[in-house]
Amino acid sequence: MEIYFTKEHEWISVKQNVGTVGITEYAVEKLGDITYVDLPEIGTEVKQGETLCEVESVKAASEVYAPVSGKVLEVNARLENSPEIINSSPLADGWIVRMEILNKDELKNLMNREEYEKFISTLS
Amino acid sequence: MGSGLKRTPLFGEHISSGAKMSPFGGWEMPISYEGIIAEYNQCRKSAAVFDTCHMGQFKITGDISNCGIENAVTQSVGTIPVGKSRYGFILNERGGVIDDEIIFRVSESELIMVVNAATFENDFSVLKSRLKPGRIENISSVFGKIDLQGPLSREILSDILGGEVSLKYFGFSFFDFLGEKTIISRTGYTGELGFEIFVRKEKSVEAWRKILSDKRVKPAGLGARDILRLEMGYSLYGNDLDEDTTPVEAGLEMFVCYDKDFVGREALIKEKKEGLKKKKIAFKTKTRRSPRRHYKILRGGNSIGEVTSGSFSPALSCGIGLGFVSPEFEDEKEIVISDGRVGMEAEIMDLPFYRDGSLKN
Repeated sequence: MEIYFTKEHEWISVKQNVGTVGITEYAVEKLGDITYVDLPEIGTEVKQGETLCEVESVKAASEVYAPVSGKVLEVNARLENSPEIINSSPLADGWIVRMEILNKDELKNLMNREEYEKFISTLS
Repeated sequence: MGSGLKRTPLFGEHISSGAKMSPFGGWEMPISYEGIIAEYNQCRKSAAVFDTCHMGQFKITGDISNCGIENAVTQSVGTIPVGKSRYGFILNERGGVIDDEIIFRVSESELIMVVNAATFENDFSVLKSRLKPGRIENISSVFGKIDLQGPLSREILSDILGGEVSLKYFGFSFFDFLGEKTIISRTGYTGELGFEIFVRKEKSVEAWRKILSDKRVKPAGLGARDILRLEMGYSLYGNDLDEDTTPVEAGLEMFVCYDKDFVGREALIKEKKEGLKKKKIAFKTKTRRSPRRHYKILRGGNSIGEVTSGSFSPALSCGIGLGFVSPEFEDEKEIVISDGRVGMEAEIMDLPFYRDGSLKN
């Protein structure tokens, strides 16, 4: 299983043609307590960089972008009533969407963990 | 001081605690420490302490019945018993709110008025012009204030003071705290049992640390404070009250005493006779989405008003808000809150949103 990161602070964990998507600890730290997640419909297709779903925190609403082009297979229904799981476990229990990856080449545009850690160290 | 923002004496304490700071009303204030929802829970379940040193205080002395104070504010001042406080408003000639305030009757001829941080300079100059010369003094730079709020607050305060603190709601007294005679009042902005401690600025750090030495207390910031007060439906000056909003429109006439003359009285009477321009409503959304300030309130697809305060309510697990609508829609039940993109179904309801607080314990 490989994990990749985007500049918009999403992560995608890839197993064969399925990617599990969530947001990073950095994103969660900036957002604060998440109070609502607008989960997409199963079957929704998104292109790399398009809005996959929306999360709201006490402070503001924020968009989660598709790390790669994909088709939504599954959503984490627990987030409907307990979005705070994203805060407590952003990389594991707080996964948001599972998608069928439509173009595996797009993973080349993403960062690995080391590159992402370096990237966030340059941010304020 | 690079940022140009004012800092309370507790600024260093907040930085050491790792607080997230942000500008508020010209001050650099802590928005959160551990997290907004965690601090909210701390206040509702145990006790939380808030830095409110930035708020303003005025001392008013002299014959209460003729120094001009009765004419300057909406609440009846002379009838406040010594050792009690009362909430009211400073209005402009149009009946609009210049600020909301609380007046404490310290003695027959001495009052302390507490006002908001962003507005106290203007409040002072307005009141000075309404009172007889020499009757009002701006003592904001003398006092810091620390709010201790939560169901365990009385126990904790009693332990710290070494004696039972038995104040009635809105009552206050002088207590021996850190070697000084200190006003402590049973007032607050959270809907929980709580106290406001008026320490001298020089004593604030010591007081803050003393209170936090009790492990049942944790610091809470303005983020949690906003959710706590909104769940009670308390207005925030600048959001839900301003110079273009009257207490009648805001549904807060119980804090207006019409039996005396005061600036704005004629305007209120006139608007009650001729019809209000708007009326305040409280609503909750049928979703976990939060309504936010400036979102539109819709009915049948048409805009009937605007949201003035909105947030997620941990107690209700949905969005809550205050807003103003054209008076003819005041009794509607179902509305839609819209940010221009997404619409949230909502229902108008009576305040408070949160009814399980320890406020009157």
